[in-house]
Amino acid sequence: MDLLAATDIIIPTKLLVWFGLACFFTALGCSQVGTFLVMRKMSLVGDAISHSVLPGIVLAFLVVGTLDSPWLLIGAGLSGVLATLLIELIHYRSRIKQDAAIGISFTSLFAIGVLLIGIYAKSVDLDPDCVIFGQVEYLQGYPRVEWWGVEFPRPLVSFAVVGVSATVVVAVLYRILLVSSFDPSLAASYGYFPAVVQLVLMGLTSFVVVSAFQAVGAILVIALLILPGATAYLCANRLPMILLLAGVHALLSSVGGVWLALSLGINTGAAVVLAGGGLFTLAWLFGPVDGVVLRVWLRRPGRDCS
Amino acid sequence: MSGILAAGSTGLSGLTLALIASLALGVASGLLGTFVVLRRESLFGDMLSHAVFPGVVAGFFLSGWLAREGWVENAKNPLVILFCALVAGVLGAVVVTVLGRTTRLKQDARLGIVLSVFFAGGIALFGFGQPAGVQGFLYGQTAAIDATDLRLMLGAAAIVGVAVLLFRRPLLVVSFDEGYAHNLGYPVTWLTLMFSVLLTMSVVVAMQAVGVVLVSAMLITPAATAHLMTDRFPRMMALSVLFTILASVGGTLLSGSVSDFAAGPVIALCATALFVAAYVFAPRYGLAARFWHDRGQRQRIQRENVLKDIYRVLEREGFPAEGATVGTFEAERRLDREGAERELKMLEDAGALIRRNGGERLVLSEEGWRQAARVVRNHRLWELYLTNEAAYQADHVHDDAEIVEHLLGEEAIQRLEAELGFPKTDPHGSPIPQPSAPPIHTTS
Repeated sequence: MDLLAATDIIIPTKLLVWFGLACFFTALGCSQVGTFLVMRKMSLVGDAISHSVLPGIVLAFLVVGTLDSPWLLIGAGLSGVLATLLIELIHYRSRIKQDAAIGISFTSLFAIGVLLIGIYAKSVDLDPDCVIFGQVEYLQGYPRVEWWGVEFPRPLVSFAVVGVSATVVVAVLYRILLVSSFDPSLAASYGYFPAVVQLVLMGLTSFVVVSAFQAVGAILVIALLILPGATAYLCANRLPMILLLAGVHALLSSVGGVWLALSLGINTGAAVVLAGGGLFTLAWLFGPVDGVVLRVWLRRPGRDCS
Repeated sequence: MSGILAAGSTGLSGLTLALIASLALGVASGLLGTFVVLRRESLFGDMLSHAVFPGVVAGFFLSGWLAREGWVENAKNPLVILFCALVAGVLGAVVVTVLGRTTRLKQDARLGIVLSVFFAGGIALFGFGQPAGVQGFLYGQTAAIDATDLRLMLGAAAIVGVAVLLFRRPLLVVSFDEGYAHNLGYPVTWLTLMFSVLLTMSVVVAMQAVGVVLVSAMLITPAATAHLMTDRFPRMMALSVLFTILASVGGTLLSGSVSDFAAGPVIALCATALFVAAYVFAPRYGLAARFWHDRGQRQRIQRENVLKDIYRVLEREGFPAEGATVGTFEAERRLDREGAERELKMLEDAGALIRRNGGERLVLSEEGWRQAARVVRNHRLWELYLTNEAAYQADHVHDDAEIVEHLLGEEAIQRLEAELGFPKTDPHGSPIPQPSAPPIHTTS
């Protein structure tokens, strides 16, 4: 199946809505969790996790045989947490610094995942291309379900569940995440053990990463995690506002990306990321906090720098 | 298997081509990996490997177009592809830098953004026409490499190798101390740019071997392995190159003999295996070596503590010539007979203790005396130092001295003595012994 060429298909509105919703729910969960990764300077740990969940997904898939089973989430969560433990193990028990430890851990786990796909690719329906390109397009091929007269493919339900529940969890844990991200010692004095909070955040990351993995592929997951938070950070100073704007970014980049993908006939995941990158560039240039234009405006000659 | 054994257009077998490619990979990513790991910029390499991708795709388009126009003969011209890849890589590095200058975003977020947006651009570009051969860069193609790919890899590796050899010193200085490099009059900006260009080249080489994602494995893992093995930079570079070649050759052979799936992950896992071996068995920084070292330290500290207590028993009894009794030793250490015998045996084995009168009397040997006197002196000097110089209460200093007594070196002790005016007694009035003096014995 050719994932990339969709030009000669006439796109019904239904597909547009389905793809858009799938991308939005995915991006929403990622944006809320990812904002905290950006704030904690852990973006690349997010990248590492997004690659490291692969062996967990593949193993779970080999056992249960379908791509929309909760076991995949569990497998992915376990291998994501394994990645963070490996990073700590290498980093704390040897002279290797954290950046190298991240690189070593995620490449090893990713290699194991690709190897598993390579070994079993012939016997099961698992495509190495999904790993790179994602497979929102596959939504069409899934069995449909109907609620209140609205028809939609079944995986859309799991995308929605993951996205919404991740957002709810972030909202519930908001205070804990906030305090532990900006003042770890205060958090520790409240009894929010930093190691536990860290582990919870990593588990949450693995959780949202799995559905993002299916939507945009392993490599672009990092974009869904970081771009919304980073864009919002250039536009606002207060965390609730940043989280809200990150959600808006998720919505706009999903809708824009799917529209871009369907009209240009390019890969949906890449298009969503490009749309998100476009929004980021706008914020970078015109953002009210860090915008380049604003800064040039403020520094223009003749203006009193007060 | 078929990929490896398929004869290339050069007449060399596929396996030979793959092995030559391993050599190129070793030089290119092994050398620069050491810089990257020591600069703590491992994930900069990861960013570059993704940022280069749109350049590679554009290079394929451009060289295809040039071939159609008759400018070049091959639709997959290595020079054109390398050039476009360099442009994309350097552009990515520049964007990361500019983002850093103009926003509050930290390095990690900047790398992640550039990495993913550039890569998405590459995939979108790839969608318009899907030039054949790009797959080789996405997934790696060690097992199916042809002469054209090899030319590109060897050329880039040669440039990297020569440049690193020629500019080793300036690159090293810029990597570790930019300010110092400025003072030496080095063109820091140009050197940094050159480093980015070289790194991009090595990334292009590594991409063909193991694919986009696993470039990091080739840049980071062998260099980190070498870092565990040595402290010297030239040796680390040599080892890093060696480990990269080992992993690449091993991975190529292994993947060829198991099945025909892409060799990339197997090569990466071979590099990981080497890392794990070094992590456990490296001569100085390995887990095993550090375990033995720590064990030796613990045993020494325990030995010193027992010796110190024997010394105190002897001191209390006025250093009798026939030595201390096992009974008083037991009481001092608060041990039963069995525990006391174990500790005494440990000292006897170390040659620090002599037992007389059928084992009932304990006398320190020359060596044992020296060690005991040294620890007691360290302890009492430190107590004195804390009370006199740091204004501690005399009854608060013992616990601290219990730890420090094992750690003080000869030089520190001499300075401490001089500082305190060569004192004779500690804050509790006990005399401070001199290890150089012969053992004190009173004939009672």
